[in-house]
Amino acid sequence: MIIGSSGTGKSVLLKCIVGLEKPDVGTVLYNGRDFTAANRMQQIEIRREIGMLFQGAALFDSKTVEENVRFPLDILTNLTLDEKLDKVNQILTRVGLENSNKLMPSELSGGMKKRVGIARALVNNSRYLFCDEPNSGLDPQTSILIDHLIQDLTAEFKTTTVVVSHDMNSVMQIGDYIMFMYEGSKVWEGSKDTVLASDTKDFNDFVFATNLMRRIKDMS
Amino acid sequence: MESIGKYFIFLRSLFTNRESFQTYVGLVIDECVKVGIHSIILIAIVSIFMGAVTTIQTAYNLVSPLIPNYVIAEVVRDMVLLELAPTIIAIIFAGKVGSNIAGELGTMRITEQIDALEVMGLNSTSYLVLPKVVATLLMYPMLVVLSAFLSLWGGYVAADFTGVITTQEYIQGIRNQLNEFMVLFAMIKAYVFAFLISSISSYMGYYTTGGALEVGKASTSAVTNSVIAVLCADYLLAQLLAEYLTQY
Repeated sequence: MIIGSSGTGKSVLLKCIVGLEKPDVGTVLYNGRDFTAANRMQQIEIRREIGMLFQGAALFDSKTVEENVRFPLDILTNLTLDEKLDKVNQILTRVGLENSNKLMPSELSGGMKKRVGIARALVNNSRYLFCDEPNSGLDPQTSILIDHLIQDLTAEFKTTTVVVSHDMNSVMQIGDYIMFMYEGSKVWEGSKDTVLASDTKDFNDFVFATNLMRRIKDMS
Repeated sequence: MESIGKYFIFLRSLFTNRESFQTYVGLVIDECVKVGIHSIILIAIVSIFMGAVTTIQTAYNLVSPLIPNYVIAEVVRDMVLLELAPTIIAIIFAGKVGSNIAGELGTMRITEQIDALEVMGLNSTSYLVLPKVVATLLMYPMLVVLSAFLSLWGGYVAADFTGVITTQEYIQGIRNQLNEFMVLFAMIKAYVFAFLISSISSYMGYYTTGGALEVGKASTSAVTNSVIAVLCADYLLAQLLAEYLTQY
């Protein structure tokens, strides 16, 4: 998980990783393959393994839920229509939207949009899943639902999942390995077990900004 | 100057890393419906009134007893073919279709839909913009032809209604000494204007940054810039090709 306060560069880092922005320095490696130096065709090969959940889900307004989830299969595979629909129905059932195929994005709630976004990101068995603030704009209950869904699907699909967030509840709930950014640089990294024991000032100021987290630290 | 350079780089990216032909067929057909079919009613209404008003105003200005009445219809025909159908309709078209294209692409940009396409490995400019440009190139010349017919028909109806010129004289004038190059000239203008309107509007929408306010600004800029480009191209084409009107 990549955490940090607003404006610190988390989303920009994520965009550099998936190739939406070109970094000024440094490289992005996918299993040893240099993504930043790759040509367009090589990048497309790596992109076939990437799924991304955007902050607003980024569903295509003119397509139904089914068409949205099917889109990566239409573009990246040569499956027949029946095979594609099978995969779409399987993943929609998995995210709890089995009867939503014909709905348009405008008819979906925020949580439903995120679930469709996750389904679209994973329908092609992506090896890497990137989530940009998946809980943004959601109520606490739906946030927990999305967190558990990401966690369960990561285990089930055996993906490497990178989540950008500033929601500490989410971090402590599902984060395995955490990296804290401050003013564009990595300042702290470690597992969630080491969060409470950190002595990095900027990190502590961020993590223990709320009363709840301060009470947790005092009790530990 | 930077914008002009970025525009040409944008045009080049339309043709690189394209998807399969079958992908584009469906997209182009959808765009043809949006750009062409959905513009027919507006173009028809504007064209009919354009022809009618031109006929009446020309009739009231050509009042010399030395000029036969059928010349009114000749003037209307030449105005429609040379300027009203291709250029005035282009301005209307830029307002309707250009703003729609810029708004659609701008909204897609600010809601990260374009980023989603890029992450999936698509060349988003080729996938989103090329069908719009091709559809406009296919449909706008047809709309110009339709506009020309309806303008001349509008003039006929106005002549019949108001009696400024008889319908026989109107038909005689329409058919008298038609220079076929005018039709070719109108079609050349149609293709040039179609390309300018679709590409400029797409460019303005594709590079929108910000929120809803900026999408609105992009739509307005698309129309303004398209209209200016159309008028400049109109002048240049007139400068380059008008001499051929006398040769044919």
